[in-house]
Amino acid sequence: MSLAHLFSTVLLGTGAAMLIIGSVGINRFPHFYSRLHAAGVVDTVAAGLFLAGLALYFDPGLVTVKLLLVFVFLLFTSPTACHALARAAYSSGLREPAAGDDR
Amino acid sequence: MSDDLILRIVSKFLIPVIVLFGLYVQFHGEYGPGGGFQAGVILASALILYLLVFGSAAVRAVVPLAWLRWQAAFGVVLYAGTGMATLLLGGEFLEYGVLAADPVAGQHLGIILIELGVMLTVSSTIALLAMLFAGEPDQS
Repeated sequence: MSLAHLFSTVLLGTGAAMLIIGSVGINRFPHFYSRLHAAGVVDTVAAGLFLAGLALYFDPGLVTVKLLLVFVFLLFTSPTACHALARAAYSSGLREPAAGDDR
Repeated sequence: MSDDLILRIVSKFLIPVIVLFGLYVQFHGEYGPGGGFQAGVILASALILYLLVFGSAAVRAVVPLAWLRWQAAFGVVLYAGTGMATLLLGGEFLEYGVLAADPVAGQHLGIILIELGVMLTVSSTIALLAMLFAGEPDQS
């Protein structure tokens, strides 16, 4: 196992762990906005880690460029989708509960 | 949601890329994963994104409903016409080999024509469904 493969394994493992943490967060967080935080932030980071791990796994070449392109598009679209969700919820009247309100 | 700056900017940047990718799927479908149906869906999704962000009036200014109806019918005509052309040239229905002097070239031509017809019909039908669901643009 070469050094690049070792790094790739570490990155893929971290990405998978991130996704699991994010899924637990989506299920366990109390309110819409905190769940959105778990989903959106973790999604972007985990996808980035996965793509970096895959880029290291293959030899540099066309695959690396394609993965970089996928990363750029995810970097734009994922936060935008999150933003659109949050904005739609906010403009339809959903507010964060006051501090100490554990619903 | 037409006053949403972030959505508008990201959509403006993304819609050309979606259309480009749809055309790539269309014309690469002969050699790799893809084809007319998938390309049509991707092209329609670009139009639906435009509809969601910019509203009914804007999307109808880009592609009028009547134009989409013609396009949906024209795709079917192209598909069936290719089949009828092969019949008239002495082959069976959709036997592409007879379309050109060289059977391999004929098959290339036939596949491209058929997939073009599928893409035109699928993209315009899906876009038409979304636009009809969205309803008439506001008069205000």
